[in-house]
Amino acid sequence: MASGAFAESGADLELVGIQKRFPGFTAIEHLDLTIPAGSFFALLGPSGCGKTTTLRLVAGLEDPTEGRVLIGGKDVTKLKPYQRPVNTVFQSYALFPHMTVLENVAFGLRRRHIADPLGKAHEALRLVELDHLATRKPQQLSGGQQQRVALARAVVNRPALLLLDEPLGALDLKLRRQMQLELKSIQEEVGLTFVHVTHDQEEAMTMADTVAVMNKGEIEQLGAPQELYELPRTAFVANFLGQSNLFTGKVTGTTSSAITVDIEGVKIIVPSKRAQRHTGEVTVGVRPEKLHLLLKAPKVDSSVNVLGPGRIIDVSFSGVSTQYILTIPGIGKVTVFQQNMSSGPLAHEGSEVWVSWDVEHGFGLADEPAASPKFSADTDTATIALQKKQALMSELEEA
Amino acid sequence: MAFGAFATGVAREQGPRRKSRIALLLLLPGILYLMLFFLVPLISLVLTSLQEPIPNGDIGEYQTAFRWENYADVIGTYGEHILRSFIYAILATIFALLFSYPLAYFIGVKARRWPLVQNLLLVLVIAPFFISFLLRTLAWKSILSDEGFVISGLKALSLMAPDAHFTGTAASVIFGLTYNFIPFMTLPLYSTLERLDTRLLEAGGDLYANPAKTFFRVTIPLSMSGIVSGVLLTFIPAAGDYINASRNFLGGSGTAMIGNVIESNFLVTLNYPAAAALSIILMAVILVMVTAYVKRSGTEDLL
Repeated sequence: MASGAFAESGADLELVGIQKRFPGFTAIEHLDLTIPAGSFFALLGPSGCGKTTTLRLVAGLEDPTEGRVLIGGKDVTKLKPYQRPVNTVFQSYALFPHMTVLENVAFGLRRRHIADPLGKAHEALRLVELDHLATRKPQQLSGGQQQRVALARAVVNRPALLLLDEPLGALDLKLRRQMQLELKSIQEEVGLTFVHVTHDQEEAMTMADTVAVMNKGEIEQLGAPQELYELPRTAFVANFLGQSNLFTGKVTGTTSSAITVDIEGVKIIVPSKRAQRHTGEVTVGVRPEKLHLLLKAPKVDSSVNVLGPGRIIDVSFSGVSTQYILTIPGIGKVTVFQQNMSSGPLAHEGSEVWVSWDVEHGFGLADEPAASPKFSADTDTATIALQKKQALMSELEEA
Repeated sequence: MAFGAFATGVAREQGPRRKSRIALLLLLPGILYLMLFFLVPLISLVLTSLQEPIPNGDIGEYQTAFRWENYADVIGTYGEHILRSFIYAILATIFALLFSYPLAYFIGVKARRWPLVQNLLLVLVIAPFFISFLLRTLAWKSILSDEGFVISGLKALSLMAPDAHFTGTAASVIFGLTYNFIPFMTLPLYSTLERLDTRLLEAGGDLYANPAKTFFRVTIPLSMSGIVSGVLLTFIPAAGDYINASRNFLGGSGTAMIGNVIESNFLVTLNYPAAAALSIILMAVILVMVTAYVKRSGTEDLL
């Protein structure tokens, strides 16, 4: 950093009218974003949505085609990476293989001629509980330890802004959960502004104060994790952040507090304040865990929406909950999560069931229905591996 | 299945012994070759270096002895040449490194995006090998001769004194050495730089190191193995080279290196013990210098 001093606290980051074109494609169409100082901000999106490019623009590793980057109110668009008060925890960790862990952590301090670099490096290593490995070379460390060294190497500089580029991507699930908690507590401890890029929605939701969901180089929705989950604005957000059951139909009635949507002859009520659009063809949705699975047709009640009857086509048990997939004629597939309150499944494959949900739990999307094709969930590698394993197991059982 | 289990069991039992026998068999030609063409000549060279002239014998007639004074004699007579050899070799190595590093960096790092350019440049680096080393050095002699266009041009521009020469000077020998060993420097540098992880350079920039600092703190240390091999491949043959410094090529009367002295002792004055002693000295000094250099650059695993 030019000033050669530690940042007193995190600085806010402002991206104004950013566009980034590479030869042959546009990574970021138009991006305006303000991240307040001291927050833990997550940029969430599928691969290729432009989130890593955004991070690299902030770090100065890429130049924007258009637009400005401001850190703490200061325009840094023209500054080189080494002049910016920003540090990055790289996806690949990018630890210097020819230096010890301690020298890696002290690298940034030495470049800025900060007094007692080794003492401060030891302190940062203690923060990530790796001080006992200070004399090792990075290759002698496990993936999780390397990740923590990379974090220490960035945090030790007390940057106004800390950028995390999917740093947990290479870790196994258990270690990832543990590191998420550690990262969060470190952020609270040092009070810096963290910008975390990830494609793991659970990671974004557990760690960040504010999540921005990015798709195709633009931000689809920005807000607190709970807000995004409870009230997604678009089909992309509704499906990328958790799962959703979406139904499309025409608005047939509007009252002061709610709209009624006709889904293949079934009336679905959604509160007006939870619906983005109140007229025409709209898509409404509800989260699978908000649904109740009923074995008998329920009584008509204006405070609940009911769909059915349908037939269960798949039951899968996952410990805390059971996932049921049912098909309702004319409407399609509906996914229901039921807490395993009692032992044994509530219903079996082929059972005839109804689903209901509280009107207050529904939401209406802003998408033009035609513009929102069925989104295929971006399954992560772990899920794919699990599916492959299950397929193989069943194959073996059959043989 | 049963057959398979049997087969692996047998293999496991015999594996190690068989392997070591095969390894020995494979090593045998190499060991024999080294014994015949390295160890035997080396011993013979040491013995030759200690021979003494046969009393009242003809020129070139020596008998076995342990005349250690041979070494003191050649150091006394040719100390200047020995020193000159190493100075020329060191300078040529430095110039070759300064020339090759940017070239190798460009080919190995900057040109990664264009594999065609990369390959083309590599071919250009290697292409001179298709023409004999002697011919290329002779070509330089004519290019850099007093009548050549380079020197006459420089003289016409008054950048060189009218009566000055280039061939035959120390500068011309060092130039020749540098030129001839550039591929030996460039290729090992290229092979390490080609594997350089540029994300580490980004990390350097991210951690407040400007491009120069990143270069000295990250790029150079990470390419050290290439630098060491390039330096060894250049310095060792350059120190013993006798073509460039020869009067028939780029050298003159005042540029003789140890190789030239060995050559003339062996072939002209038939002083075999002196030539052998000089060869041993050359070998010993190179060994000491290389060991010290490799120790210092922290890449002992190369030896």
